[in-house]
Amino acid sequence: MIDAVQYGSTLKNVAYPRDGGFIMRLLIIEDDRDAADYLVKAFREVGHVADLAVDGEEGLAHALDGQYDVLIVDRMLPKLDGLAVIGTLRGKGIETPALILSALGQVDDRVKGLRAGGDDYLPKPYSFSELLARTEALARRRGSREETVYRVGDLELDRLSHQVTRAGDEIVLQPREFRLLEYLMKHAGQVVTRTMLLENVWDYHFDPQTNVIDVHISRLRSKIDKGFAQALLHTVRGAGYMIRDGK
Amino acid sequence: MTALGKLLRTTAFKLTLVYLTVFALFAAFLLAYFAWNTRRLITEQITQTVDAEITGLAEQYRQGGIRRLVFVVDARSRRPGSSLYLVTTRAGEGLAGNVGSLSTGILESAGWTETAYRRLDDPDGAEHHALVRVFQLPAGFRLLVGRDLEERERLHDIVLAAGRWSLAIVIVLGVAGGFFVTRRVLKRVDAMTETTRKIMDGDLAGRLPIAGTGDELDRLATNLNAMLERIEALMRGLKEVSDNIAHDLKTPLTRLRNRCEEALRLAEDESQYRAALESTIDESEALIRTFNALLMIARAESGQARDGMTEIDAAEIARGVGELYEPLADDKGIHLKVEAPAAAPVHGNRELISQALANLVDNAIKYGSGINGADAEIIVTARGEGDRILLAVTDTGRGIPAADRGRAVERFVRLEQSRSQPGSGLGLSLASAVARLHGGELKLEDNHPGLKTVISLPRATPIPARLEALG
Repeated sequence: MIDAVQYGSTLKNVAYPRDGGFIMRLLIIEDDRDAADYLVKAFREVGHVADLAVDGEEGLAHALDGQYDVLIVDRMLPKLDGLAVIGTLRGKGIETPALILSALGQVDDRVKGLRAGGDDYLPKPYSFSELLARTEALARRRGSREETVYRVGDLELDRLSHQVTRAGDEIVLQPREFRLLEYLMKHAGQVVTRTMLLENVWDYHFDPQTNVIDVHISRLRSKIDKGFAQALLHTVRGAGYMIRDGK
Repeated sequence: MTALGKLLRTTAFKLTLVYLTVFALFAAFLLAYFAWNTRRLITEQITQTVDAEITGLAEQYRQGGIRRLVFVVDARSRRPGSSLYLVTTRAGEGLAGNVGSLSTGILESAGWTETAYRRLDDPDGAEHHALVRVFQLPAGFRLLVGRDLEERERLHDIVLAAGRWSLAIVIVLGVAGGFFVTRRVLKRVDAMTETTRKIMDGDLAGRLPIAGTGDELDRLATNLNAMLERIEALMRGLKEVSDNIAHDLKTPLTRLRNRCEEALRLAEDESQYRAALESTIDESEALIRTFNALLMIARAESGQARDGMTEIDAAEIARGVGELYEPLADDKGIHLKVEAPAAAPVHGNRELISQALANLVDNAIKYGSGINGADAEIIVTARGEGDRILLAVTDTGRGIPAADRGRAVERFVRLEQSRSQPGSGLGLSLASAVARLHGGELKLEDNHPGLKTVISLPRATPIPARLEALG
């Protein structure tokens, strides 16, 4: 039998790259004990702090009391529905980012979830790396980088003039490549999954059966990394991509 | 409940009773009105005749005295007819006329009276009734003229009889008719109830009987049958899906399980365990994809996804999907081109149509690469044609033989026997389900060489035109 701890250690062995200093405080509201325990252990193993609530009312009470960076809310909960929990919080002016987990994965379910005040929506079954990447993206959104120029190492992207340079030399990108790079650089130092890219850069929420994103990334990579000793755009095995300064 | 009790309780029978009462009252009113008016008319006629005669006789008296009057009255009394005459002295002694006896006191009251009388020529006969007028002549003589009322009474009898008979007929016919109609309706409703009970017991093929008269029960039955048709189609779809799930999800699940068992049995070090686990995750990923695609098809087919539809541009979808797949095609040495020059408005769900088109492009890339690697090309087009918008993907691959094209759209059908390419076999079924959800269809055609897949959708009417059509 494989239990949650072993899953967690498997993940550790993948050497999931993270900024050492960044620690999230999470509240997980999930009524399935096995799934919840697994999540709590997995988040703790990668160094985050995770609390658990097993029904909607308890979750709401915790969320009202505590200071959390992100809420992970199961959609169907006993006592108080997940969407109602988020709606109540938003009604009280609490804007803690919330990620909704749900077995309902269709486009209109997702729209309903986001309309109720959720910030992201992840259909079950999900992989932990996907959940982790999305949670971290949400947690950092608060102090998010909305500056006009993104810099990673010697790579610069100017969001107003749409200019990209590396070591001072201009790189010509297609519009979509520009948006892809912009999204990656906005989340520099964080893992960005393929689905996140498909959703945020292309605005598609379906699963293209082939990994089309990989080819887009390799094109982008050939434009920004080719000919430079230091690669900036990295593939994170089993998770996605990350742009970061290699030093 | 007895059969009769059931019959009496029906709406049709109660309605019959109400109608019966209304009609009976109406008939009675009509007869009464007719009788009353006729009676008035007859009375009027009598008084006019009598008045005229009295005027005439008074004139005779004025000219020739009592002798002349007696003579004339005597002559008139002998004529057959229903007129009554009597001339008397002041003391009441009859001088001339055809009246034998009268009710007492009639002669004393001048003016109009109704009286019983006997004729002079038939003193022992039946008593008759008459309307008479007594006229005082100068010198104390009295003149009585009247007319028999038998005519009026006969009419009265006729009307009464007619009333009775018609009432009886109305009631008999009404009850019989009501009975008949009610039984007919009841029989049909019973047949319907019987059928619905059978359907509820699980016989989904059952349909309500239709009499062919086009009446309200037929219309109801037709509509219910259409509903049953739809339910049966949905149930069939559900059964198909569950059969397919059973068939095509159990195979990879078995593979997954076998792999785990093998790893437990044979793996010697961590790297082998790791490899087994990784392949397990890959396998489950593929399973989830298949499962999602199945759910989506089921959802599109049930029409649930209609909520999120807006006016969208199919040309933009073609460009978007083309742009998403262009690098992948390029990687495989296929030239991918998008031809979508003009806006192509459709009413639909952007995500679903994008996914449908993406599936077609994905297929074209997987199976449509050129024969002998020569100049492979995929063209994605979006254009209007009459009131249709056509989203088409053409490739220059081997294509699909005409005989296999229908089958290709079915779930889980993968024409390529070797199954060398990854895929669930659901791509075309999903595209087809999405097309049908939007009121369109998916067609497979020959591209000479290669395959041409076309999603044909109804063109969206601009909103002003739609309003006009409503107005």
